[in-house]
Amino acid sequence: MHNDIEFRSVTKNYGAVTAVSDVDLQVPKGAFLALLGPSGCGKTTCLRMIGGFEQPTSGTVLISGREMNGIAPYRRPVNMVFQHYALFPHLNVEQNVGYGLKQMRPRIEASEIARKVALALEMVRLGGFAQRRVHELSGGQQQRVALARAIVNKPAVLLLDEPLAALDRKLRTAMQIELQTLQRELGITFVLVTHDQEEALSMADLVCVMNTGSIRQLGTPQEVYDRPTDLFVADFVGKTNRVTAMLEADGRTLRLADGSALNVGERRGLAAGDAILAIRPEAIRVDRHAKPGATGFQGTVTNRIFLGSTAEYSVAVPGLGDFLITSDRRNLHESELVEPGQTVFLGFDPTTAHLFPVSSTA
Amino acid sequence: MAVSAENKRRLVTAALVGPAAVWLFTFLVLPFTAVVIFAFGERAPEGGYQPAFTLAQFANLGARSAAFTNTLTLAPIGALACLLIAYPVAYYLAIKADQKYRMFLISLIVIPFWTSMLVRTYAWMYLLGARGIPHLFELAGIDDVRLLNTPGAVLLGIVYGYLPLMILPIYVSLEKLDRRLLDASADLGATPLSTFFGVTLPLSLPGVMTGVALVTILLLGEYLIPQLLGGGKVFFIGNALVDLFLQSRNWPFGSAIAVTLVVVVVAVLLVAMRIAWRVSGSRQVDLI
Ligand SMILES: Nc1ncnc2c1ncn2[C@@H]1O[C@H](COP(=O)(O)OP(=O)(O)O)[C@@H](O)[C@H]1O
Ligand SMILES: [Mg+2]
Repeated sequence: MHNDIEFRSVTKNYGAVTAVSDVDLQVPKGAFLALLGPSGCGKTTCLRMIGGFEQPTSGTVLISGREMNGIAPYRRPVNMVFQHYALFPHLNVEQNVGYGLKQMRPRIEASEIARKVALALEMVRLGGFAQRRVHELSGGQQQRVALARAIVNKPAVLLLDEPLAALDRKLRTAMQIELQTLQRELGITFVLVTHDQEEALSMADLVCVMNTGSIRQLGTPQEVYDRPTDLFVADFVGKTNRVTAMLEADGRTLRLADGSALNVGERRGLAAGDAILAIRPEAIRVDRHAKPGATGFQGTVTNRIFLGSTAEYSVAVPGLGDFLITSDRRNLHESELVEPGQTVFLGFDPTTAHLFPVSSTA
Repeated sequence: MAVSAENKRRLVTAALVGPAAVWLFTFLVLPFTAVVIFAFGERAPEGGYQPAFTLAQFANLGARSAAFTNTLTLAPIGALACLLIAYPVAYYLAIKADQKYRMFLISLIVIPFWTSMLVRTYAWMYLLGARGIPHLFELAGIDDVRLLNTPGAVLLGIVYGYLPLMILPIYVSLEKLDRRLLDASADLGATPLSTFFGVTLPLSLPGVMTGVALVTILLLGEYLIPQLLGGGKVFFIGNALVDLFLQSRNWPFGSAIAVTLVVVVVAVLLVAMRIAWRVSGSRQVDLI
């Protein structure tokens, strides 16, 4: 398997601050990887080390199998879409997009540059904008110029640093789809940095969840959402309800704070002791009455937020705390009857809920 | 009686602009109008001005061609020399220097200006004079080195005196430069040299034009440096004016020279502004 990008125990320190700590990462050719994590976790630093703007303090970055230590940005086969775009204000759209082609040696003929630029602008649907000045464009248009300026050079890897963060919601969704289509058409590796889990899950085919400079989990969107390896990932990649509990010595009985017990099934690799049960809001069913034999908690609805296709409930469970439940239309029919103040039953399957040792708390 | 909001606004505007307007009218518009009128008049027999309408003074400009030639060559050359020295300094200060020492380094450039220009130019007079650097040459066996009262001495004085005025505007425009643009340029394959000529230089051009215009304009009216370091041999328009107004009392001819100088200054300013707009792609270029 050929990797376009590889990190070998890469660490990056800024003085006393460790921005990236001992990261190993392999990005297969043609992948769409999302680096996902909270602000300040080292995503941009990782991207800048690929681009060559920062050198690792230790470890090695490889691009297309070649070691990149000490190689200047202008000699790397990657291009970057910068956060806030970094378009050249003294050049028009056409000159911005043609900037990279003009640098190539041996020189490319002017007519050839013009043709490629026109093609790239067509690709990002900015056909009629070649002569515009950068400051005459809207945010979304500037974003697409930045994109065209990068892809026109046919890089092996395209790096994108929060490319959609400055756009409004509707435009962002449209651009997410455009970026995905573009990646498939071009067939080049994309590395996207984002702090928005929805964006990462919806666009990428590999999600790398980071926190405080290290990788917490690398997997497909389904894997990181359905099988988070720790509490941080579970929390960051989606909402969770946490219940503190204790796993008993038999490895399958969970003793809750209110004294009740749940059978969570066989949990291998988890020692007995303090643990946290994490349940996704959509994994809980809200019912007026407990079904016979069902597992769950009794609680009182404290709030209901109608969100169109879904509704969010807050339910206070005595002894265990507040629960957040999302219900989609299918359940809504029945749940519509549920109003704040009513007593409800929260049903879920304890054997599929995530269970983490307390030490994994991030 | 209540003052309406509209009237109040007018009063405030008048109060803010009024003093400056009166000042400018009394000390700029009136005297300059007088100078223009003088320029078309005649010298009274006992000196000064006598009314007339003639272009004779302008026709006579050639009589002071040396002053014009000196000024119109040494001012641009001086400005260019300042630019060539100032740009690397400003670049170092704004881009390369450690943030911690930046203010200290800038103050090193500014502090000499707390001493009078006259004193500092006198110092050069001594350094370049017979008992200064030429004397050192003499000790080394090289005789007859003349530095003072040469165009070179005037140029040196100009560069020394005006360098900070060139450094500061260039520094400001480089300081404002978005560093991510340099990253973007490198990312797109530009070598450091192409990045300099493709991004850094064009985007710092407003500062360059400000510096060049500022220094050139001030140099066109320079009097002190040619007087002290040129010793009457390297004569500027400013020296010609002093001579005409105070010595030979030929006010109309002096006025004609002064008017011509103003026209040249305005032309320089307009051209500089045009170039800065063209290249930096924005109209937000403040030259002064
Ligand atoms: N040039 C720098 N100098 C010092 N510290 C930096 C620099 N760049 C980033 N950092 C620090 O490194 C950490 C990671 O930053 P960054 O990679 O930008 O995070 P992210 O992109 O995930 O928000 C942060 O703590 C940040 O303050
Ligand atoms: Mg970032």
